[in-house]
Amino acid sequence: MTTAAAGYAKALDLITRVRGVRGAMLVSGDDGLIVAEQLMEGIKGAAVAALAGSLANRLRRAMTAAGVGVGQFWHLQCDAGALLVVPAASGILVVAVAEPDVNVGLVRLELLRAAEAAG
Amino acid sequence: MTTRAVEAWTLEPLVSFVKEAGARLVLVMTSAGQVIAQHGFSRAVDVMSASALGAAILASTEEIARQLRQPPFAALNHQGEKQGIFLAAVPTTRAKLVVLVVYDLDASSLGLVQLFFEQLAAGLQAASPKEAVPKQVLAADFERELSDSLNTLFGR
Repeated sequence: MTTAAAGYAKALDLITRVRGVRGAMLVSGDDGLIVAEQLMEGIKGAAVAALAGSLANRLRRAMTAAGVGVGQFWHLQCDAGALLVVPAASGILVVAVAEPDVNVGLVRLELLRAAEAAG
Repeated sequence: MTTRAVEAWTLEPLVSFVKEAGARLVLVMTSAGQVIAQHGFSRAVDVMSASALGAAILASTEEIARQLRQPPFAALNHQGEKQGIFLAAVPTTRAKLVVLVVYDLDASSLGLVQLFFEQLAAGLQAASPKEAVPKQVLAADFERELSDSLNTLFGR
């Protein structure tokens, strides 16, 4: 494993240790491809990555059009869970898939740390 | 943008793929470059050249894989500044099909194209007629067959 890959794995490990997190991924924002992942069985990583990447691009354009700057954190709450995303400066998206009752503040903190590690 | 097919069973999976993946241009063809369906092309000459080039590129990558003693590469992606092309084969009961996708980077992404290409491949495999074997196009009939196909693909 390369140094970068080891760093990514460590960052994802810290996210998935939060109670209620079912998986975490680093996704290339432009391509919607998985860079690194730690997911529980049953989560379609490639699909989540592709759709999160697409959503990130559209949100970025919407935020630019609205003149509100760059998005820092999104939290999509659904009936059966939540999707939490932090875009890193390098264009990597740090994505967490979580249970509905997860501690969002704690996950956000770990996502921000992982985003910092991802550059 | 219109989607048209010479073989009607390809239309539904193709329309769904175009909608979901946000593809700009799509060609579904045989490995010989015979076009079965298209989306987004407005000129017959573009379809003819794109299908010939797509089939040739895939044939080249298959030969490279053969020389490396590897199974054929699953797909090929080439990304430019504003657009990308994605080329992959779909084995069906009738024949191996080749799909060429051109996508805009501001409307789609490689991840989306890959994701929905899997559905397109499954849709084409499921819809492919099981009983009929594709008709061989003889040299003597080639021009007429090509002309008929292009007329269908452009709704003439």
